[in-house]
Amino acid sequence: MKLVSKLFIALTVAVLIFAAYQGLFVAPTERTMGNVQRIFYYHVPSAWTAFLLFFANFAASIVYLLKRNPAADAVAAATAEVGVVFCTVVLVTGPIWARPVWGIWWTWDARLTTTLVLWLIYVSYLVLRRYSIGTQTSVLAAALAIFGFVDVPIVYMTIRWFRTQHPSPVIGGGEGSGLDPSMWPPLLWNWLAFSMLAIILGAARYRLQRMEEDVEEQHAQAALQGSGR
Amino acid sequence: MTRATLAKDLRMEWRSKDAINSMLFFALLVVVIFSFAFNPNAEESRQIAGGLIWVAFLFAAVVALNQTWARELRNQVLDAYRVSPAPANALFLAKAIGNFLFVSVLEALMAPLFIIFYNLRSVGPAWQLVVVAVLGTWALVVNGTFFAALSIRTRSREIMLPLILFPISIPALLAMVDSTTSILTGEASPDFWIKMLLVYDVVFTAVCLLLFESVLNAE
Repeated sequence: MKLVSKLFIALTVAVLIFAAYQGLFVAPTERTMGNVQRIFYYHVPSAWTAFLLFFANFAASIVYLLKRNPAADAVAAATAEVGVVFCTVVLVTGPIWARPVWGIWWTWDARLTTTLVLWLIYVSYLVLRRYSIGTQTSVLAAALAIFGFVDVPIVYMTIRWFRTQHPSPVIGGGEGSGLDPSMWPPLLWNWLAFSMLAIILGAARYRLQRMEEDVEEQHAQAALQGSGR
Repeated sequence: MTRATLAKDLRMEWRSKDAINSMLFFALLVVVIFSFAFNPNAEESRQIAGGLIWVAFLFAAVVALNQTWARELRNQVLDAYRVSPAPANALFLAKAIGNFLFVSVLEALMAPLFIIFYNLRSVGPAWQLVVVAVLGTWALVVNGTFFAALSIRTRSREIMLPLILFPISIPALLAMVDSTTSILTGEASPDFWIKMLLVYDVVFTAVCLLLFESVLNAE
């Protein structure tokens, strides 16, 4: 078990390095944006990874509410935390890319705003986990996770309507529309690398969560026995 | 069960007027402070009033929502509800309807003040504002009642509610503000936003009713 995880970490490091090489050297330079477009290979894979993690969080929360399985709750905690990290990467790399290309750091366009609201929802989820007391944390957090996930499509619809009514200062940024075929391999390599990194971080966070539960359990046991002595 | 709890809450509120008084005064302060902060003329105030009104009501509603479950903690009333065979959703609906009535009364009392302080006159059909108010208030209150039940279990009760309620309420708030603004200015049709609010209400009422029992019984 130890050996497997060590091998997996080594493999992830290798893939990360290879993906970075792909993104920085192998991928063609974009015609109008130049080298700054290479941030795309970090921005988009981070976003995909974050969305995947939030979906895993939603699934784990439902499983927890149905089965009351503590492992599912630990998965939910781990995926939400790592998801917020990747979502933060998206929100930081986005403006860095937007500034030279669009001329502005931020615009309240549908995708940007939805990502920001998504980030806010999951940060509030982490705050709730942090501040609730005892074992009821899991149920409360799972309920909030379901609210958050249901909210995201509604947010996207409202913002899209909101923004299409007003003239936008930015002329489209549709990077997905006409991606050069030679850009796909670096993109997918980076996505693979980031997903593997997310698995490592998530697994570490999961183990930590389970250990914390064990420690709490033992404290409770010790307190019960200590009072009898 | 719903009716009994609702009647009890309304009677308590009628006698103490805790929630209404604090909400009213709070909303009044927000109106006055916004008026100083923006100092608008009639045309500007028509543009920004939708935002001001709903932000004021949102903040004021949090005051009432925080008290929803707090009064049931005294004498372990909430534990008694938990062991009673009455359905949990009946309790939830009673609390949500109670909060809806409190916030509606607040809105009815505050609306004239807004009109006076900001010289508001609606260009579009004003009766649509009532529809927006009903749907919008329910959107705030149904999730707020549910999240108040979450937040009383946490260490920092009072501050927790807005932290989890506001992010989820962003689409509802956007719909309320934009529909109100488009009615007041008469520049656009609020139909899409009203439908959006309706969808939001239906979806989140369903989610609340689905999950409330697990949250009430969380140990």
